[in-house]
Amino acid sequence: MITLIDTLYQIIQMALLVALAPLLTGVVRLAKARLTARRGASVFQPYRDLLRLARKEAVVANNASWLFRVTPYMVFTAIWLAAGLVPTFTSALALAPTADLIALVALLGTARFFTALAAMDIGTGFGGLGASREMTIATLAEPAMLMVIFTIAILVHTTSLPQIVDFILVGGVGLRISLAMALVALSMVAIAETGRIPIDNPATHLELTMVHEAMVLEYSGRHLALIEAAGMVRLLLFVSLILCIFIPWGIASPGSGVSLVVLGLVSYPVKLVFSGLLLGAFETSIAKMRVFRYGEFLGGALLLALLAAIFLFVSTGR
Amino acid sequence: MADFYYDTAHLLGALVLLTSFGLLYQRRLFALLNVFATQAFVLAAAAAWQAFIHGEPHLYITALLALSLKAIVIPVALHRIILRLEIPRAVDSALGVGMTMVIGVSLVTLSILLVMGVTSGAAALTREDLASALSVVLLGLLMMITRRNAVSQVIGFMSLENGLILAAIGVEGMPLVVEMSVAFAVMVAFIVFGIFFFHIRERFDTLDLQNLETFRGEREERPWS
Repeated sequence: MITLIDTLYQIIQMALLVALAPLLTGVVRLAKARLTARRGASVFQPYRDLLRLARKEAVVANNASWLFRVTPYMVFTAIWLAAGLVPTFTSALALAPTADLIALVALLGTARFFTALAAMDIGTGFGGLGASREMTIATLAEPAMLMVIFTIAILVHTTSLPQIVDFILVGGVGLRISLAMALVALSMVAIAETGRIPIDNPATHLELTMVHEAMVLEYSGRHLALIEAAGMVRLLLFVSLILCIFIPWGIASPGSGVSLVVLGLVSYPVKLVFSGLLLGAFETSIAKMRVFRYGEFLGGALLLALLAAIFLFVSTGR
Repeated sequence: MADFYYDTAHLLGALVLLTSFGLLYQRRLFALLNVFATQAFVLAAAAAWQAFIHGEPHLYITALLALSLKAIVIPVALHRIILRLEIPRAVDSALGVGMTMVIGVSLVTLSILLVMGVTSGAAALTREDLASALSVVLLGLLMMITRRNAVSQVIGFMSLENGLILAAIGVEGMPLVVEMSVAFAVMVAFIVFGIFFFHIRERFDTLDLQNLETFRGEREERPWS
């Protein structure tokens, strides 16, 4: 049953996601800059970038079809909607009963599908190259992600994110080997899906190893702003997903008072900033991987998730 | 609170297993050494935790041995050996990393099936620790089989031995003597392998064991034949 207050929380959540996504990216960039002994831009720079791009004129190639124009809106909507399903400050969300983790993966897949189509639409070499690489990564990352979801589903008996959060919050699980392995596997998948080092370098332009940037090379103006914003929201989504499954403390349960919701609203940005610093430190300490090693990296994630599922059967029956 | 004790012990055992997979995944010798040191460190933590929850002070000594010897002395010594012998820093493996990982996961499944079948009456903690320990032993063996370089084979051997210690600390009432002897066995093996390295290198000018396979005894120099 969807109540009015759930709808209100959902609206706050959607607004919060768009408001905080550039901040998270800014924090990661600043952390990386400081760790490499540069001063770095302010954490609010991504907001200014987006604003600047949104004001500029969008240049579209002559042979671009309608698909090329529609894609930025499709991608941003799909990712924004997917992020709206992840509990951030409260698990009482209006959208929660309509979609679970598997639907979330499907939404992300839709966004990726449209990005790849648009990349090939113009017909430049870089677009096709990026699309092919992105799809390779996707075929490797998605089984691992689904395996992680299955592990958690076996453990918690549901694939609905708010129910998972509530179950873990009441202490129904405790420390488990499987959860630790699932955490590592999900982090590896998240790194691949959000295009961070060591899979893809988010700071490159015009390099032969780029993946995501190669696909969106033809975009400009407000289209590019939307694509960039979608990338930031995707990073926020994965960080929030990891936070809400493995560190859910601070998230308000359904039916809790206003003070707990406010606590959730305060603790969520704190957790985000901390994860952003951690991600920045991780990216600084590691080098980008060769394209041919992606299979090993993501295959490792899949096997870890598989191990997590296997270990569930050992720990049952105390 | 008992749940928390149990879960942490369980988690530390699993971390040792995870680092075993890390060893299989690594392709550089120094990274391999770092992962091995991490494994020894986690093992020491696991031993100390078991000592704490079971009130068995002698396990603290095991933890200290693991920490000082395996996490610090042996990695540093191997590091120096690698530098001194100018061994190539890349790990040369007989099987691809992906294939090795697949075999590794199958081995873990195998050991879980085995342990579950044999110890159905034992306490859950013992059972899970045994499953992790047996997996670590098998993964160590796998590493010794799939690596061509002598240094990585030694590391595989020592990680195998870490699995034995993990099994020993999981079982209640294991006397200290066993662990002391196990620790010394590692030291001896380490020294033997050290000498072994020098000999291989003197003779063949490389640590690649493949050259041993084609070696058929000393041959006289006969340039005319």
